[in-house]
Amino acid sequence: MTGGLEGPPPEERPTPAGKRNELGIRIDPAVEAARPTRRTVISALVEHEPGVLSDVSGLFSRRQFNIESLTVGPTENDDQARITLVVEESDPGIEQIKKQLRKLIPVIAVRELEPDAMRRELALVKVNATRPDRVAAVADMFGGKTVDASPDTATVEITGARQKIDAAIEAFSQFGIREISRTGTTALARGTDDTATVEAQHTEQPTQHTVPADDD
Amino acid sequence: MSERATSVSPRADTESTPQDDTTAERTPVTTGAESVVRALENAGVEYAFGVQGGAIMPVYDALYDADIEHITMAHEQGASHAADAYGIVAGEPGVCLATSGPGATNLVTGIADADMDSDPMIALTGQVPTGMVGNDAFQETDTTGVTKPITKANTFASDPDTVGDEVGEAFALANTGRPGPTVVDLPKDVTLSDTSSTREPAPPKTPSTYEVRESADPDIVHKAARRIEASTRPTMLLGGGVIKGDATAEARAFAIEHEIPVVTTMPGLGAFPEDHELAMEMGGMHGTGYANMAITHCDTLIAVGTRFDDRLTGGIETFAPDAEVIHIDIDPAEISKNVHAEYPLVGDAATVLEQLTTEVRTAPKATKWRAQCQQWKSDYSMAYKTPDDEPLKPEFVVEALDEATSDRAIVTTGVGQHQMWACQYWTYTEPRTWISSHGLGTMGYGLPAAIGARLAADDDQEIVCFEGDGSFLMTIQELAVAVRENLDITVVVLNNEYIGMVRQWQDAFFEGRHSASEYNWCPEFDTLAEAFGAKGFRIDDYDEVAETVEAALEYDGPSVIDAHIDPHANVYPMVPSGGDNGQFALTEDQL
Ligand SMILES: Cc1ncc(C[n+]2csc(CCOP(=O)(O)OP(=O)(O)O)c2C)c(N)n1
Ligand SMILES: [Mg+2]
Repeated sequence: MTGGLEGPPPEERPTPAGKRNELGIRIDPAVEAARPTRRTVISALVEHEPGVLSDVSGLFSRRQFNIESLTVGPTENDDQARITLVVEESDPGIEQIKKQLRKLIPVIAVRELEPDAMRRELALVKVNATRPDRVAAVADMFGGKTVDASPDTATVEITGARQKIDAAIEAFSQFGIREISRTGTTALARGTDDTATVEAQHTEQPTQHTVPADDD
Repeated sequence: MSERATSVSPRADTESTPQDDTTAERTPVTTGAESVVRALENAGVEYAFGVQGGAIMPVYDALYDADIEHITMAHEQGASHAADAYGIVAGEPGVCLATSGPGATNLVTGIADADMDSDPMIALTGQVPTGMVGNDAFQETDTTGVTKPITKANTFASDPDTVGDEVGEAFALANTGRPGPTVVDLPKDVTLSDTSSTREPAPPKTPSTYEVRESADPDIVHKAARRIEASTRPTMLLGGGVIKGDATAEARAFAIEHEIPVVTTMPGLGAFPEDHELAMEMGGMHGTGYANMAITHCDTLIAVGTRFDDRLTGGIETFAPDAEVIHIDIDPAEISKNVHAEYPLVGDAATVLEQLTTEVRTAPKATKWRAQCQQWKSDYSMAYKTPDDEPLKPEFVVEALDEATSDRAIVTTGVGQHQMWACQYWTYTEPRTWISSHGLGTMGYGLPAAIGARLAADDDQEIVCFEGDGSFLMTIQELAVAVRENLDITVVVLNNEYIGMVRQWQDAFFEGRHSASEYNWCPEFDTLAEAFGAKGFRIDDYDEVAETVEAALEYDGPSVIDAHIDPHANVYPMVPSGGDNGQFALTEDQL
């Protein structure tokens, strides 16, 4: 083959001292640790129009973001809907999710909720009705109620945070669970804190390092 | 912190708001289709590229009387690339049209291409009547579904009264903030139906939820300025956003004022004059050795309008590893997406560069660094050999065309080795003179792009299209359009009778096993050009180059030079994908 250019080969070239990790962040090669992921709730206020849901779900599949649940429903304003997403990502991943969501045209506001935000999920749990009174008692324990009963089945409705529902399901399993349907988490910020505030377009603050000594 | 920028309208809006006096004389808008076409006229559209067909016929019927020149292309892919290139040269969205089903799917490659390269473009697609949607009707494709992931925005029109407003909005979105392609899918009943009034469509305007930030956070600008002043090894990296944001003058002034070496990305070619001593030219996979050395060793990287594509960065771990990054971009989602930015500056490139210009008070003390960069320029010179006993070198052909044309000549390309030689051996000095498929890497882009560019360019700008023997065959039928419209363009086929770029990779990484990369037969492109009605030329030797190039450029109309080059020529330098930019190979055995 022909072509090829002249010049010092790779092994004769100076090499830089630094390194970046796979997220493009400059690191001290000696002390780089794994980047933990965390679970968090992101709330998006969107225009209530066809296609928004597919915009959002398409974004998550295309960009390979880890999503645990997605719920959507109307809000106080007829023209707007709220989408609540539970995601599990690293900090830079969560930043990227927020920015990409914000970029979708029908999205009005995006916010990551505080850990103390109200999060609720509804579950319908259908169990075998061999011991209806015991079923009612367990439902009671979790603040749920029986919404349907037949000679063979009892269906209980429970709302609460995810962990509570997990625990309830665990408790109901003694009766033999026939079917479960869960809605996924919906959430609102507490008190006067607004769920749909527009987040600043760049949350990163400049990270300053010392400049290498003047070699001039 | 939670300020909301206002939604803005593109230049088209201010330049051509519904004309007070002319509107009065115009025929009133009575159908959805007329509203669509009126919206385009109001946006100042002069050309549209497309192919007719059942579902889009009402729109074409309205075009019949319009002040818009329609160029019928041979293939809808050609229409989308022509519109894309038109948009790049004009700085206004290019317009393409297609019918439903196969018409729309044929546009898809060009839409994806425009999306990857953030080019302003609007595609109007016909759709089966609303009542038949979802029934797998003849030529029905879910166009908004198919194009959702490859558009900046798309909509399915549902009402003849508002369809013109939607076209205006799509036009505005395509060219506001970070540009990109938009699609309006037009069901035939919506375009055919009467409107309930004769209201003119609203002027192009972005929706209220769309926000663009103009200037960057002054606090971060301030800190970035201090960083630049303290830097001793500064480098600027100019991307396509500099050109799209019309920030070339600001970027050049900043670099020259502070004597900062400048690397460009591939879409950034033309942002900085490559004949300037601070120019390190293109960085990345097939960038110059000196550009890659400057990136690898700088302590401060001032990156403007770039998304840090992997062909630029190579392996992220070794990309500018000593540099703190100042990243100027209009799209907040690009900040720290691939490379962490210590100084994120979200805003319009020209505005933010002006902010920085005001803030930076003393130039970095970088005399040594500049000398080092000059040393690298000579160490890793792009000079090549032209031995008499070897066939014609492609670099020589590229340089011959550059020499024979003006500084404002426009280059378009296909995809492959020929594209890389066109990057490396043409000296770009002006913005919007380099038009190529960067992000998507679409073979066949060159000729339809040349057609779009020709119609947007000034008459004194030559249009030179470098194609490969493989790539050219993908859209060669558009020669029929160039002949029909008598477009003055010069196509140069760098003919190696190989899928050359693939062959180069096979030699380097697949033990030279040339699986499906050898053409053991190629058409004669010069005689094929003649069959289309264009002028055909052929070059085999060095001594034919100058006069053939002159004759082809002289010819008033489309001409094709079939340049038979060294079939074994390879592109260097080369950073293998995911590799270390500083370890670029100059020869195959360094890979
Ligand atoms: C539409 C499309 N299909 C396949 C490829 C993969 N590909 C990249 S370069 C190349 C070879 C192009 O051959 P040619 O046009 O002769 O250019 P050369 O490399 O020989 O200059 C191929 C097949 C592509 N980029 N685009
Ligand atoms: Mg070839």
